[in-house]
Amino acid sequence: MSHNPIARRTILQAAGGTLATGAIPSAFAQSSFDWKRYAGTALEVHLVKSPRGELLQKYQKEFEDATGIKVGAEQIPEQQSRQKAVIEFNSGKPSFDVIQLSYHVQKRQFAKGKWMEDLRPMFAATPPEFDRADFSPGGMFYATQADGRIDSLPLNLDPWVLYWNKDLFAAKGLAYPKNFAEIIDAARKIHDPANGIVGFVGRGLKNANVPVWTSFFLGYGGSFFDANGKLATETPAAVASATMYRDLLKNTGPAGIAGYNWNEAQSLFLQGKAAMWLDGSGFAPPLEDPTKSKIVGKVGYGLMPPGPAAQVSATFGDGMGVSAFSTKKGAAFYYTMWATGKAMQARMLATGSGAPVRISAYRDKEAIAGLKLPVEWLTTVGESMRIAKPGLPIIEPVTEFRDVFGIALNNMLNGADVAAELKRATAEFAPVLAKAEG
Amino acid sequence: MRKPSPFLWFILPAVLVVLAVIVFPWLFTLWMSLFDWKIGSKAVFAGLDNYVELAGNRRFIEAVGHTLLFTALAVILPLVLGTAAALVFHRQFAGRGFWRAAFVLPMMATPVAIALVWTMMFHPQQGVLNYLLSLLGIGPSEWVYSPRLAILGLVMVDVWQWTPLVMLIALGGLASLPADPFEAALMEGASRWQTLRHVTLPLLLPFILVAAVVRLIDALKTFDTIYVITQGGPGTASETINIYLYLQAFSFYQIGKASAVVVVFFALVVALSGLLVWLRERSKYYE
Repeated sequence: MSHNPIARRTILQAAGGTLATGAIPSAFAQSSFDWKRYAGTALEVHLVKSPRGELLQKYQKEFEDATGIKVGAEQIPEQQSRQKAVIEFNSGKPSFDVIQLSYHVQKRQFAKGKWMEDLRPMFAATPPEFDRADFSPGGMFYATQADGRIDSLPLNLDPWVLYWNKDLFAAKGLAYPKNFAEIIDAARKIHDPANGIVGFVGRGLKNANVPVWTSFFLGYGGSFFDANGKLATETPAAVASATMYRDLLKNTGPAGIAGYNWNEAQSLFLQGKAAMWLDGSGFAPPLEDPTKSKIVGKVGYGLMPPGPAAQVSATFGDGMGVSAFSTKKGAAFYYTMWATGKAMQARMLATGSGAPVRISAYRDKEAIAGLKLPVEWLTTVGESMRIAKPGLPIIEPVTEFRDVFGIALNNMLNGADVAAELKRATAEFAPVLAKAEG
Repeated sequence: MRKPSPFLWFILPAVLVVLAVIVFPWLFTLWMSLFDWKIGSKAVFAGLDNYVELAGNRRFIEAVGHTLLFTALAVILPLVLGTAAALVFHRQFAGRGFWRAAFVLPMMATPVAIALVWTMMFHPQQGVLNYLLSLLGIGPSEWVYSPRLAILGLVMVDVWQWTPLVMLIALGGLASLPADPFEAALMEGASRWQTLRHVTLPLLLPFILVAAVVRLIDALKTFDTIYVITQGGPGTASETINIYLYLQAFSFYQIGKASAVVVVFFALVVALSGLLVWLRERSKYYE
């Protein structure tokens, strides 16, 4: 290998914030690296419909001009993208060479099928600006499989934060909650349904609701599996966190919350009718957009407060990699390098399209100056990275996990007993897990 | 042995198409339902295990119940309302053409677009339905966000969209009825109610049953509106067989189990359609 990633990371960490660079780095620095090696190749790229996908398509021509590679990129809505990926990979002849994947759903699935190319051998021949040590450890943790294979590069991390309405808090003389008990307390004090104000809003809809619960679960010291690898989803931590989830949403949330996904929650918060909203940090841009938001300048971006046992921000992420079936792996890796490169990451930060995984993006003054979100958002996202933990278990049947536990949480909102629902869900999911992982 | 007729060659293309697009997929589904197969894993022959599992699966059995409830309401209500509307539109009145056209408009819209609009209207805080209730002095409802009301809300959307279809079929039927029985009823001094009850409706029954078969099949296979509006929720309160099937096939990739669900669903559709066709045959004695 041409460089030692560990040494470089140490230097970067030691240097701290002093390494700030002045301008968005060029995507194609002047080095001896032959970016034109695959000129004339035509690549198919499968992107997920998202601000990241938009950004990559917007700057695609830059890559094409610099490499001579012709790119056919398509953005597909998340759910359809996941279905298409599974069906096409399973056929052995996927229509794409490069694919954007979401780690919490597809990491284990893709690894099981060995559908993605191990990129480690390709790292030997990369330009200096690729700088693998610049990827945050959290991002590389997601990109690395249990057997050590690195079959993708991280693109974006989405730590969950607690959005709070500063005006509603001030009206009751309250400060930002310092722990879980204070979240419940503040929600109770502000909740005023007669005037259309709710104390807390979040996802109640099955499946989508699971990360809200796991955010609390991790704070209660819960972990998805015990030391023997057995499901630990009916432990005291699970019951306490699910009770907190139910009480917050049911007692201090809007009517009909069992049908709320992030968009309903966001729309209520945008109208200034909710005191707190727990969701991904990537949902921030509309909150500061005067055409959409009634609370511009009044939003607090809070770091997830500590729970009784730990302070954790449930985090999700997506990445990009090369299909193992591709006949154009070299060119596909070039695209992957560019898409996850320093320049694109800085642009991602500047446009608020996501939270970059490259450390350099957060030190990029120009990107930060261009950011339309308050610095508080950036600080909170940065701090969240320190306390980030995967918000869902990294298992192959994660969709089944979300379905089964999502229904249990949904039933709790409609009056079912917390412990009984967790017990039922655990019993229902255990055989599914045993079969998939066995 | 007789030589086969040369005309048989002419039906060959049709036979091939039917074999390729109907018979083969059907037999293949039946075959797949005998396997334990998740995409990405090896398919293992499992015999009737998938069916045994479904028979004891509470969620699936509830989904069958939801499907039957939804279907019953989404067939009966449009039949009653559509027939009533046809009787109204059969009479002469000013602007009849305009009102007929206006009445059939919901049927022409795309189901997903309709579902998205209804989702907004159902919204407990921002939806127009609760605003309308408030004008009447009635408190807000949770509509499809409540497990008790979810299926009824979905039925409401379906009835709104498909009552016009029943109306059109019944209207066509009314236009084709012979005049003599009505003249006879008039001469015998039958009241308007008696004419409706003992002449119009019995004569119209075969048409209503055609509408019932069409509605039945449509209602059983409803997927788009349910998926968009509730996704089978809250919890599993409005999960029909189709939603369950979609989850198994396209979220969990359990192709074997999903195939078994298809086979059970197919049997249900055939049984219910058979029942209606049998009723229609019986109703012909009135003709």
